[in-house]
Amino acid sequence: MTFVPKPRVHHPLLDVNEIGLKRRDYEAAVSTLCAGCGHDSVSAAIIQACSELSLPPHRFAKLSGIGCSSKTPSYFLGNSHGFNSVHGRMPSVATGANLANRDLIYVGVSGDGDSASIGLGQFVHVIRRQLNMVYIVDNNGTYGLTKGQFSATNDRGSVSKKGVPNLYAPIDLVSMALQLGASFVARSFSGDKQQLVPLLKAAFLHKGFAFLDIISPCVMFNNHTGSTKSYDYVRDHLEEVVRSNYIAPRDEIEIHYEPGTSKKVQLHDGSQLNLTKLSESYDPSDRIGAMSYVQQALADGVVVTGLLYVEEDINECHDILQTIRQPLNQLTEDALCPGADKLKKINNMFR
Amino acid sequence: MDTTNIFNPNYFHKVVDCQWACPAHTPVPEYIRLVAQGRYTEAYMVNWESNVFPGILGRTCDRPCEPACRRVRTEEKPVAICRLKRVAADHKGDISPYLPRNPAKKNGKRIALFGSGPASLAVARDLLPFGYEIDMFEKDPGGGGMMRSQIPAFRLPADVLEEEVDLIVNMGINTFYNYEITSMKEMLDMNYDAYFVGTGAPRGRDLDLPGRKEVSDHIFIGIDWLSSVAFGHTTSISGKVIVMGGGNTAMDCCRTSKRLGAETVTVVVRSGFDVMKASDWEKEDAMAEGIPILNNRPPKEFIHENGKLKGVIFERVQPEMVNGRLKYVPTGEPDVFIEADKILMAIGQENHCPWIERDIGIEFDKWDCPVLDKETLQSTHEKVFFGGDSAFGPENIIWASAHAHQAAISIHLYCQGKDVKRDRPPEGMNLISTRMGVHEWSYDAQHDPAERYIVPHADLRRSLKNIKVEVELGFDKDLGYSEAQRCLNCDVQTVFTEKLCIECDACVDICPMDCITFTKNGSEEDLRTQLTAPANNLEQDLYVSDELKTGRVMVKDEDLCLHCGLCAERCPTNAWDMQQSIVHIPQLGSYTE
Repeated sequence: MTFVPKPRVHHPLLDVNEIGLKRRDYEAAVSTLCAGCGHDSVSAAIIQACSELSLPPHRFAKLSGIGCSSKTPSYFLGNSHGFNSVHGRMPSVATGANLANRDLIYVGVSGDGDSASIGLGQFVHVIRRQLNMVYIVDNNGTYGLTKGQFSATNDRGSVSKKGVPNLYAPIDLVSMALQLGASFVARSFSGDKQQLVPLLKAAFLHKGFAFLDIISPCVMFNNHTGSTKSYDYVRDHLEEVVRSNYIAPRDEIEIHYEPGTSKKVQLHDGSQLNLTKLSESYDPSDRIGAMSYVQQALADGVVVTGLLYVEEDINECHDILQTIRQPLNQLTEDALCPGADKLKKINNMFR
Repeated sequence: MDTTNIFNPNYFHKVVDCQWACPAHTPVPEYIRLVAQGRYTEAYMVNWESNVFPGILGRTCDRPCEPACRRVRTEEKPVAICRLKRVAADHKGDISPYLPRNPAKKNGKRIALFGSGPASLAVARDLLPFGYEIDMFEKDPGGGGMMRSQIPAFRLPADVLEEEVDLIVNMGINTFYNYEITSMKEMLDMNYDAYFVGTGAPRGRDLDLPGRKEVSDHIFIGIDWLSSVAFGHTTSISGKVIVMGGGNTAMDCCRTSKRLGAETVTVVVRSGFDVMKASDWEKEDAMAEGIPILNNRPPKEFIHENGKLKGVIFERVQPEMVNGRLKYVPTGEPDVFIEADKILMAIGQENHCPWIERDIGIEFDKWDCPVLDKETLQSTHEKVFFGGDSAFGPENIIWASAHAHQAAISIHLYCQGKDVKRDRPPEGMNLISTRMGVHEWSYDAQHDPAERYIVPHADLRRSLKNIKVEVELGFDKDLGYSEAQRCLNCDVQTVFTEKLCIECDACVDICPMDCITFTKNGSEEDLRTQLTAPANNLEQDLYVSDELKTGRVMVKDEDLCLHCGLCAERCPTNAWDMQQSIVHIPQLGSYTE
């Protein structure tokens, strides 16, 4: 917890983006999380990604459940909509909000406790529904807010701060997201912003359900030598399989693509994603291949990171439900209550 | 880049921009904190130790610290450092318990000081506690030198001047006032153990233009005229006055003329407004008193009739860059005639020692300045040392203090039979953590975004009537506190310990000025462009750590750091700590022997 507020003064060379905002305008209250928490790096990466994309903060809806991770929406994009919901129920609230107003950018921040334990059912179904949102899990493998019990994503054999080993196999949220049909699945590490920021940019521009599992060490309870979610362990066991570079529409630069290792993905706003395969046997457009690669890596104790799977031009929730283009919350009374005659007609259809 | 050696005394000293810029290296942030705490006496003594004349300098210093202030780079206007010095002087209590005491027994060495200005007085202050017998020779009837004779009372009241001059004189100097030295040889024959020449730059420049001789009764040399005002020989000036020159003496001349009854006063300067030598605030104060400053007007001729001055013809020029050099080129417009009854010439001054014979071993260079060792201030005659304006030409009071400390060390070493160069005490530096708890620091880390406070002035109608009414009233305690809070505490350093860092990026994320980057090491040129924010100010160093676990290094651009301590607050492992750097500038007595 920091009591000194962050000064408003900034570097004199800090640029304004296309909508006239500086990166500092995307900040919010100073974090009350423990000093050095990985979650704060994730918030900083979100701030950087949004400002570099020139996304309007007031068109964001930040949603979260309960936990350290779920506090973080208070610490980025101070001028956005937000809802800090019930434990594990962020996906339902996000679904409701998204159905009512499909024009906002939805970013949900959850944790391993919030998504892999109490909210696992919600997590599964929001993916199944292909809700158009960015779903971030700040994954530290521990219940930091209740003093460091193992969470469901903690690896078997990983020990607690006091040396007690974890007896259960972990839930791998990336594998679940792949298996349930998410159209954008990535894993990253809070300590590597060079990877995280481009991933977040791609996720914000992806149409459909974008899932990011971000290993984010808990400095207080799970950053010791026996932990598999510590800064040191993750850095030692990390394997980046696909590097993604976000290319804005204005950056029309010729990039030489090595055939077979690079791939362009067109995003719906005209920007591009340049994917570089760092592992020969990996293909980020092959869902089944990705699933087995991730599972094998899990068995080998390797933390696979990068944009693991991406599929553009899919039907998101609104496409599936065939709702009209106009956000429902903007419909007027005439459109929503067409009158007794119309109702009678509709009722007659079911007779 | 190589790992930064933060234990080099100059590394962190350079980060404290104000202290680095101050010739006497006054620990500015330290005394500003004391002012904020209401500990004026201590704040005064911190100043007194370094610059010897806090009350005088708090009103008259040239303030090299203020343009250097980091606040100019992070926001816009510097902290009003000079005025805070005055706050300490105005509100201090009894300083006598803090003053050095003279030993009961003298050490048997006799030193002669020539001139009683800031340089001589400061040398005396440094030497007296070591038991030296000091004889000070002064041509005027009182001590203080140019501080008394050239700075008018509306900028420096007599009581402030006398308090600080007398404090040193009464430490036990044998004063010889009204003593005009005519021969250095004679003085050397008096067999003192060492001599210090602090006679300043007492000769005002003159201008030989057509008509100069004919109207010499109406033309005065600025510093001589100010001096005769200071000693009460001149009490009025009548008619239309032209002040020629653009330095602080010109500003003092025009404002004094206005107070002594001149009908009109005009300042005419050969160069442009921006390049005038006068301090900005002196120019502002003169203009606020309704005195016009005409620029780019070099004088051409004095016009007179029957031995009476009529006025001056000035050329019209404009500044132009010719082959990379600033030149003043005639505009081709007709010359201007400005009516005048009196002219005050304030176009510069020179050090001038006609009383030093040129054949007694004291060499002079082609500009008629003594040949000196820059560090020791020793002349080519081993017993003779110089300081203040008489050393390297006209500077200011704070330079005189700085010279005096060096000269005093040299004189001491010389008198003790030591080598004045080799045996000089080294500079030193201490780092002391300011951490008092998890989130508590022994300094006020919070950044205050307030703008520079305006200092109140005396009512113009009243101050223009009486030369003794001080114009600037200074900050009261409340304003002083508020202004002190603007200080960024640049002497509380961000100290990084590599082996504790877990590279979590918390410091990078929280830094409001984007000073910190973790990156692959490279050449300085590469690093400066690859940081989170470009480090374009080449005068400010990059702080580069040793290699970290990931093979990267921490690079911090010292240029814009607010010293807010947030990096240390957000560091989970205390790899960052806020530590006060205390620079030890050698001074006689600052090291035990």
